[in-house]
Amino acid sequence: MNAAIAGIGATDFSKDSGRSELQLAAEAVRAALDDAGLEPSDVDGLVSFTMDTNAEIAVARELGVPELTFFSRVHYGGGAACATVQQAAMAVETGAAEVVVCYRAFNERSGHRFGQVQTAAAANIDNSWSYPMGLGTPAAMVAMFARRYMHEYGATSEDFGRIAVIDRKHAATNPHAWFHGRPITLEDHQSSRWIAEPLRLLDCCQESDGGVALVVTSAERARDLPNRPAHVRAAAQGSGADQFTMTSYYRDDLTGLPEMGVVARGLWERSGIGPSDVDVAVLYDHFTPFVLVQLEELGFCGRGEARDLVASGALELDGTLPLNPHGGQLGEAYLHGMNGIAEAVRQVRGTAVNQVAGVEHVLVTAGTGVPTSGLVLGRG
Amino acid sequence: MIDIEKEAARIAEQGECAPRLARDPVNLPMINNWLEAIGDEHPGYTEVAPPAMVQVWTMGGLRGQRSADDPLGAMMAVLDEAGYTSVVATNSDQTYHRYLEVGEHLSVTTSLEDVTGPKRTGLGEGWFVTTRSTWWVGDEAVAEMRFRVLKYKPAQKPEPKREAPRAQAIRPSVNRDTEYFWEGTRRGELRIQRCGGCGLLRHPPGPMCPECGATKPKYLVSEGYGVVYSYVVHHHPQVPGKQTPFVVALVELDEGVRMLGELDGEPSVGLPVEVVFTKVDDELTMPSWRPRADR
Repeated sequence: MNAAIAGIGATDFSKDSGRSELQLAAEAVRAALDDAGLEPSDVDGLVSFTMDTNAEIAVARELGVPELTFFSRVHYGGGAACATVQQAAMAVETGAAEVVVCYRAFNERSGHRFGQVQTAAAANIDNSWSYPMGLGTPAAMVAMFARRYMHEYGATSEDFGRIAVIDRKHAATNPHAWFHGRPITLEDHQSSRWIAEPLRLLDCCQESDGGVALVVTSAERARDLPNRPAHVRAAAQGSGADQFTMTSYYRDDLTGLPEMGVVARGLWERSGIGPSDVDVAVLYDHFTPFVLVQLEELGFCGRGEARDLVASGALELDGTLPLNPHGGQLGEAYLHGMNGIAEAVRQVRGTAVNQVAGVEHVLVTAGTGVPTSGLVLGRG
Repeated sequence: MIDIEKEAARIAEQGECAPRLARDPVNLPMINNWLEAIGDEHPGYTEVAPPAMVQVWTMGGLRGQRSADDPLGAMMAVLDEAGYTSVVATNSDQTYHRYLEVGEHLSVTTSLEDVTGPKRTGLGEGWFVTTRSTWWVGDEAVAEMRFRVLKYKPAQKPEPKREAPRAQAIRPSVNRDTEYFWEGTRRGELRIQRCGGCGLLRHPPGPMCPECGATKPKYLVSEGYGVVYSYVVHHHPQVPGKQTPFVVALVELDEGVRMLGELDGEPSVGLPVEVVFTKVDDELTMPSWRPRADR
């Protein structure tokens, strides 16, 4: 694609921001524009998640963005993350806009917590087959997949735990991470309390307050801006057959994430690279079991083999496929996947705190268990 | 894992414990208290004790401790360790060889007779433990008792649990496409959508058949049997209308579709289950699962 991420910005990541979600959004967007060397008056497009409470026009008002020619929203919770960049890149390519900012900001810990039971969500007809039966939290919904995955492939709680250990290890050396300086051991994971068996507390990502924004513009324009552009080599969305939001339990098989398989096909076809060309993987990690399934769907290993890949050390910073060098959402912050895209940009620039050497291509994925999206960013 | 049967055999093999002496001899004040408490107005107990009182004489008192070699105490400890933490006495049979006279000083010995299980009971899974006690005056056996307790794991959901929080339970929203299902549960029927065109069975339902495009959904009434395909034991956070921990199972019905519901029982993948209907109020009846009674 002829588009690049030219700027990234974020607020602090906390458990209680002490300010409104709109302020968080405005601060993040301003920081991203500063990073890109652009002014609010350069912006003509805004994209966010349908779940975001901050209207594009409200963000534009706060920033003093005079006119918008493109504004768009993407559905399905965290599955929207990479798709916001896809929307922005398509707008830039078609000429609908020149500078599009993608943003996500919320008080997800001090305000409305997604980890609690969303009683109101049962008003949705799809949810009426799960919430009233007592399946009312994202953790429990993922646990249903995880139990079947364990049954089919012999994976264990420890296999899930190794993902948490890696993320927390990387977060421990990232000063922006909530869990900076606080790595965990597999024993810590194994002794953490049950949330929804087979998921333990340390299989579930934290909840956070904060905001992240990304500035997308054409490759040509990005070339003249201060930072090395992170080129959008490919962007893809995916929804699978018989798709539900978090509860796609009615497919023949419950051990895969076919929607991520759709994203994977799109990314590899459009970028022209394959799994072996990926230098850093930023995989969405709201719950550890789905990191294993993603590794399989994306083609880094065969079905049921992710636990062996994880145990081999491949996902360490010095391994063949470094995972979430910023600490992921388990370690850095839960910003609905947007902080992972920012990390991918830093890895491409060569400015990350846990920088992997010689990065050409970074893979980023969005929320799992829902219709989702992905990106391949590169040096271009 | 604790081998309960092996532990039981070991304890039974130790035979009778050492005789434990009663705190006081058979005495009139205690007899009178007992008669009053029981409501026995028979005038004859002035020099002999009521036979049914036999256990009283060797009770340990408020702060009594079981002796180290007491086989019932040892067996309870084994079962506690194995997770069978609750106890209920189920029956006792006593045999009296003669009346006990005021002034006689009793002792008691106990042996472990039998341990059977695990049994599924209304209270939960448990083991029946039977002991045999003999009361002695000197070396004369004066009374015997066979005493049985059920040592059990409390069932995950005691009955009253379903009652209290129903009012706050999360309710489904119902529309034209789904009302047949909830009408079914009200009537004690588990309905599965069946396409009026091609006969495709489908759950969750929808207005247009993805197979043939027909928009005339009908339904069949499921036999209500299936097996657990996957499950979750929910611990945190609290869920309105539920008491944690509770089990939600994804059940593959014999007809071929999958359906979610709470499971009242010990879950495992492949467990045969049957549907149960729980009335919340006049409008809403929830389907849930329990292990098949006939398996």
